[in-house]
Amino acid sequence: MQRRVIFDNKLLPYLLLAPQVAVTLVFFIWPAAQAIWQSVHIQDAFGLRSEFVWFENFTAIFTDPNYVGTLRTTAIFSVSVTVLSLTVALLLASLADSKIKGAPVYKTLLIWPYALAPAVAAVLWMFIFNPEIGSLGRLLNGWGYPWDYRLNGDQALTMVILAASWKQVSYNFIFFLAGLQAIPRSVLEAASIDGAGPVRRFWSITFPLLSPTTFFLLVVDMVYAFCETFGTIHALTQGGPGKATETLIFRVYQDGVVNNDLGASSAQSVLLMVILIVLTTIQFRFVERKVHYS
Amino acid sequence: MSNHTTGPHMIGRRLIDLVPHIVLIVGVLIFAFPIYVTLIGSTWDAATIGRGGLPMTPGGEAWNNYSQVWSESHGERASYTPVRIMMMNSVIMALSIAVGKIAISILSAYAVAFFRFPLRMVFFWMIFITLMLPVEVRIIPTYKVVADLGMIDTYAGLSIPLIASATATLLFRQFFLTIPDELVEAAKIDGAGPVRFFFDILLPLSKTNIAALFVILFIYGWNQYLWPLLVTNSADMETIVIGITKMIGTGEAANDWNLIMATTVLAMLPPVAVVIFMQRWFIKGLVDSEK
Repeated sequence: MQRRVIFDNKLLPYLLLAPQVAVTLVFFIWPAAQAIWQSVHIQDAFGLRSEFVWFENFTAIFTDPNYVGTLRTTAIFSVSVTVLSLTVALLLASLADSKIKGAPVYKTLLIWPYALAPAVAAVLWMFIFNPEIGSLGRLLNGWGYPWDYRLNGDQALTMVILAASWKQVSYNFIFFLAGLQAIPRSVLEAASIDGAGPVRRFWSITFPLLSPTTFFLLVVDMVYAFCETFGTIHALTQGGPGKATETLIFRVYQDGVVNNDLGASSAQSVLLMVILIVLTTIQFRFVERKVHYS
Repeated sequence: MSNHTTGPHMIGRRLIDLVPHIVLIVGVLIFAFPIYVTLIGSTWDAATIGRGGLPMTPGGEAWNNYSQVWSESHGERASYTPVRIMMMNSVIMALSIAVGKIAISILSAYAVAFFRFPLRMVFFWMIFITLMLPVEVRIIPTYKVVADLGMIDTYAGLSIPLIASATATLLFRQFFLTIPDELVEAAKIDGAGPVRFFFDILLPLSKTNIAALFVILFIYGWNQYLWPLLVTNSADMETIVIGITKMIGTGEAANDWNLIMATTVLAMLPPVAVVIFMQRWFIKGLVDSEK
């Protein structure tokens, strides 16, 4: 799309674009190209020579049983975070949208967690569920349930899933509210007159009409679970105990920054890039439909 | 009707009407409870929290804890960067990222929407592609570029690599396309060139969009984690979100938990205040920039 009335100037548009393009080239395109280059090379121990090795780095990570474990953890983690935060947000949004008293107050009290950093959300959960200082952590142990997410891998994974979902609910809530407000009242009223109860109205009218929003959030939440939750995991469990909470993104950091294994880290970066390109493309193809719908 | 008001049927109806309130209140409590615990924790002493006996009511140590983390560089058990310094670093980083993203995006959106020039679409797609390359997928090479440019442990290193923004550019472009041709033509007839038009007409018209974007970008900047973790080594450059996790270390009971909780409260304050007090702009910024 293009405006009909425009300005004539040969040089100005390039000057206007220069800062954005410079930052993009230096800090995005060039490093991404480097990652792709490194992913098909192996460096010697001193970082002096590199050898082209085709897809050796990729086959190495896929045959590494640890990596398969990381993929499994990532899958469990992202699916759980996405489903949990979507379900809770949809429940709260559909209740706060109905003609309920005090709806604006509920809305304000439910959207503010958006402001918290994923790492801060993790710290808040730690204060409560730490087995030594956390009130609920101690309570669980007091009831005879051996709770220590620092030693038990399943408990650690549960903790990071809950902390990551807790933070994402408010984002989904805001978009579900916007989606719900776009549904014409007349349709719901007509169904009500025909004798459909609130539950029936939700499943046969509201839910299908919300599907563009739900689908959009599904993609956004997957991207969130893949990337932004690095802070949650780093602050809460450091990927442990063992590798119980090590997701793809944490492993990239671990291999590249902590273990200084460039080839493996880059190969994983490239894999993440592919996943993100697929997710973003799906998201934008669908945005056209959403605009059409509203 | 009147004979129903006291009947069992009506009582049942009232109970059903209460269900949404109960669910919403439980939801609000689940989100508020961790904050409440942290606030309470920041008013007690380290020993009380370390024993695991944190009461559910405020203690009397609030002033001591907050003034200590604000200006001192050590608690009873370990040393830290004072919150005063970390807070300033976070403010500078968040403001630079928000202002930087808005400035370079509004300029490039202006170029793409109001001019026709060779390679226009190439540049547009180049900016668009950044959406698919968050820092998380190019950690090491980006770090290397920043190190080669001597930007480790600098505010420039903390903010500039994050200020390219496809979403902000797309949002401004979308808005610019809705500006009526008559307005542009009138400005041209009055002798306004592209620079004059930008400052006198376009910028004032974009005020609401700028405010909305500023709110979400400030929060985005404030909450950065992986990037500041990589590019800052010196304690003087630590941001407050990173500072908290450094204070926690491995999460042992012997931490200065009172100070950690006070720091956490201070770290949450600016972004939460922004969301609550600028709610309308915040929701507009969030929903619009995702369209």
